[in-house]
Amino acid sequence: MAGAGRPDPDLPEADAAPTLSVRGLSTEFRAGGRVRRVVDDVSFDVKRREILAFVGESGSGKSVTFLSVLRLIADPPGRIVDGSVLFDGEDLMTLDPKGARMRSIRGGGIGFVFQEPMTSLNPVLTIGRQIMESLRLHLDMGRREARARAAGLLSAVGIGDAERRLGAYPHEFSGGMRQRIMIAIAVACSPRLIIADEPTTALDVTTQAQILELLAGTVRDLGASLVLITHNLGIVARYADRINVMYAGRIVESGATDDVFADPRHPYTRALLDCVPRLGETRKLAPIAGQPPDAGTAFAHCPFLPRCARALPVCRTAPPPRLADVAPNHSAACHAAELPE
Amino acid sequence: MSQPKLQVEGLSVRFPVRSGPFQRRVGEVRAVENVSLEIASGGVFGIVGESGSGKTTLGRAVLGLVDTHAGRISFEGRPLVGPGRARRTADHRRMSLVFQDPFGSLNPRMTARQLIAEPARIAGTVRTRAEARDLVAAKLDLVGLRADMADRHPHEFSGGQRQRIGIARALAGAADFIVLDEPVSALDVSIQAQIVNLLSDLQQTLGLTFLFIAHDIAVVCQFAERIAVMYLGHVVELTDRRRLVENPLHPYTQSLLSAVPIPDPVRERARQLALVKGDIAASSADLSGCVFHPRCPLANERCRVEKPALMDTSDNRAVACHAVEEGRVEMPARESV
Repeated sequence: MAGAGRPDPDLPEADAAPTLSVRGLSTEFRAGGRVRRVVDDVSFDVKRREILAFVGESGSGKSVTFLSVLRLIADPPGRIVDGSVLFDGEDLMTLDPKGARMRSIRGGGIGFVFQEPMTSLNPVLTIGRQIMESLRLHLDMGRREARARAAGLLSAVGIGDAERRLGAYPHEFSGGMRQRIMIAIAVACSPRLIIADEPTTALDVTTQAQILELLAGTVRDLGASLVLITHNLGIVARYADRINVMYAGRIVESGATDDVFADPRHPYTRALLDCVPRLGETRKLAPIAGQPPDAGTAFAHCPFLPRCARALPVCRTAPPPRLADVAPNHSAACHAAELPE
Repeated sequence: MSQPKLQVEGLSVRFPVRSGPFQRRVGEVRAVENVSLEIASGGVFGIVGESGSGKTTLGRAVLGLVDTHAGRISFEGRPLVGPGRARRTADHRRMSLVFQDPFGSLNPRMTARQLIAEPARIAGTVRTRAEARDLVAAKLDLVGLRADMADRHPHEFSGGQRQRIGIARALAGAADFIVLDEPVSALDVSIQAQIVNLLSDLQQTLGLTFLFIAHDIAVVCQFAERIAVMYLGHVVELTDRRRLVENPLHPYTQSLLSAVPIPDPVRERARQLALVKGDIAASSADLSGCVFHPRCPLANERCRVEKPALMDTSDNRAVACHAVEEGRVEMPARESV
């Protein structure tokens, strides 16, 4: 199944308005009298029917970006200080995060799958009840109708004997099965956008492959868009149409997956591709010096400067570089990005 | 062949499952079943498997940390562990362990200095305070940390630095055989490469022998020369790195390799996945025949009834599979990437 989940280039949706359009999003956290800007001026679009990957290490701000989009940042300590988030033309930043409209978008228009299926499912409710809850809330279904739909969703994600399993509790399922259930809940209301945050990190590799094939296939069948947050570049290579690389709360490189892998323009992206072990190669890995900064560290210059092997004199004096085009539909936030090798 | 550093013969480890008011024994988990392997002195032996495969239990049995059910383990030809209760011998001082979790495995109340000096003091390699100071400085330098970091506590270090302390600790005593249990899987990608390279350098310069346990086959292949693939307590395939990656024979090894995505979009999209169905079973105790048969695309009646033995093939490898023996396995030559 080559190119799982890739949009058909002939479809007119490619030119249509994006499903999600984020501009200038910044989110801060306050703790111990200090303010940490964990997401710093992030802008991007999720196009219709595309799979967009967000790649970054821990503390890069990729998860907080999407918790902000979903208005799930607890205030205090967190606060979205700037930015707009247009979902199908509606600005989510103007909505009450606890209000009825935002609740109907979460789980209705936007579905989500998190890393830990054990902590995101309620352990004391049957899975049938948890799937039906979202159907009854968002689609106003009656009990009987919701039950039939829930059973259909469970079979669709590959859980056999669905009718009976609706009465089972989360602990009765394996990790992979729980993640299938999370996908069933995420797609229950036919959302236009699904956000999957490290959906397979807690799973074994053979299970990971099953779950990603299921997720990509389901998204394609729905005609929805998928944001795939991951640190695994192999997963990005297989599934994503486009990729945004995050570092220290900013997007540092953005482009089509093929372009970014073939010609990475930010030194961080390049270094990241060089330091992953690849099967069958025993060349020495080229690690990145130092360590990723803690979330919310403030930088006067480029945040990657302390670890960068290609830094120029300008990098030590200029403020952090902004994302700029380096090729058609390919941008990087680097003073040295336009320079040849 | 010269004397192997470590030899494991027919090792089985079983854990009782107890239940009810009197904690009656109601069953058992067969964590490791009839495993045999040899680790050459100065070599890196890899064990790859998913959760529940028994790879961690095997490492703990080698270190004398769990009771064994059957089999024996010897170190440089001397018996180390026989069947029965766990017991630590003098040779166990030559062995140490690096854990997965650099957050939970270091005592938060101890400084780096105390953490590193402790095993050396127990092993008797340092006696005085001055000796300890010199040793700590030398070991910190060995793992790429500065001597002035010695009086910091674990929370003042990053994950990668903490793993360096874990490694310094494993090398502080008299150990020259190290069990590394998922030493990089809790670390960020950019830090993993630093630790992999550090371990590889130390192994070569100090002539250490490693038993490297991980679920990530790409990491294991990065520096293990010989690799055993485990599934539900059994070694299903054992061969060298090149044969394993280029020409895996056991259907489980094939699906494991197929499931690892390659960080190259052009190759990755052209690739066919050989997905296995279902999940790993909880225990092999009530499973007849081959432990992989419920998920195996090639399973037949014989596979469901008769357990395949690990048999040597002509090309310096051992495989436990009826389908391989009967020539029913396709041999996909995996393009090296």
